[in-house]
Amino acid sequence: MKHLKFLFVGIFFGIVMYKAQTVSWFRIYEMFRFESFHMYGIIGSAVTLGIIVIQLVKRSKMKSIEGREIDIAPKDKGIARYLIGGTIFGLGWALAGACPGPMYVLIGAGAMSMGIVIIAAMFGTFVYGLVKNKLPH
Amino acid sequence: MDFILAPWPWYVAGPLIVLIMFLLTYFGKNFGMSSNLRTMCTIGGAGKFSDFFKFDWKSQQWNLIVVAGAVIGGFIAANFLTADPTVDLNPKTVAALQEMGFQNPGSSYVPAEIYGWEAVLSAKGLLILIIGGFLVGFGARYAGGCTSGHAISGLSNLQIPSLIAVIGFFIGGLIMTHLILPIIF
Repeated sequence: MKHLKFLFVGIFFGIVMYKAQTVSWFRIYEMFRFESFHMYGIIGSAVTLGIIVIQLVKRSKMKSIEGREIDIAPKDKGIARYLIGGTIFGLGWALAGACPGPMYVLIGAGAMSMGIVIIAAMFGTFVYGLVKNKLPH
Repeated sequence: MDFILAPWPWYVAGPLIVLIMFLLTYFGKNFGMSSNLRTMCTIGGAGKFSDFFKFDWKSQQWNLIVVAGAVIGGFIAANFLTADPTVDLNPKTVAALQEMGFQNPGSSYVPAEIYGWEAVLSAKGLLILIIGGFLVGFGARYAGGCTSGHAISGLSNLQIPSLIAVIGFFIGGLIMTHLILPIIF
């Protein structure tokens, strides 16, 4: 059960992402052309509800399933890494039409050529690890 | 059953994504789908080349299990929960794609012009997938998160760095969509 719950969350995630078409290259393209409300509605409603949920979790001092304190770590301060890294990510997101989660969902859905994108993304992560100390953060 | 087989509207998907984020938080983890790429580099031995990959990957096992679930979920949704795998796009989007030479935009989830084997086996097509994937992997780690980690989890936790990252996602996405894709296609 310790691991099984993560498998179920993953399966649920895959179904939601596929059924909401957020894994579609076309939906991402349409979003960046501002020609559909769909993706903005998903992200907007998720963030609005998410703010409420996270506040409730923090204020109620809710314990995790294992009885530990839930610690939601704040992000490190900085501008350069978020702006530059984010822009690089955005270029890839709009080209491949998939961010890391949807890549795996699409493999399951039968888009096997997505495997090339995943391997390339692993390689990109690896190269970041190599040059990390030379980059502005 | 029709409402399950039809595409799910945004007001169903958004709250369900929050449920996923909540469950992972309740399990003592966090909702971020790009960390697994780093974990897989570590398993592959990347720790020999950079300290960035020297960590106990077993503590990140859960992350790989979520990913395995996502693959299964995609399989289930595509094969058993979808009556019609087409994407109902804005006619303006369809027209713009046709102008770039895309046949039948929205007739499937991913365009054959990018993900079909004929495209993948051409030099140009292969480069598109490799460069796209590379930028996603590099950018996600540089920015410390992707759409789930920053746009959903980070913004939900009112993190300014995540807002900056999301602005970056859009700068990059808009440049690619409006300036670079028209050159490629």
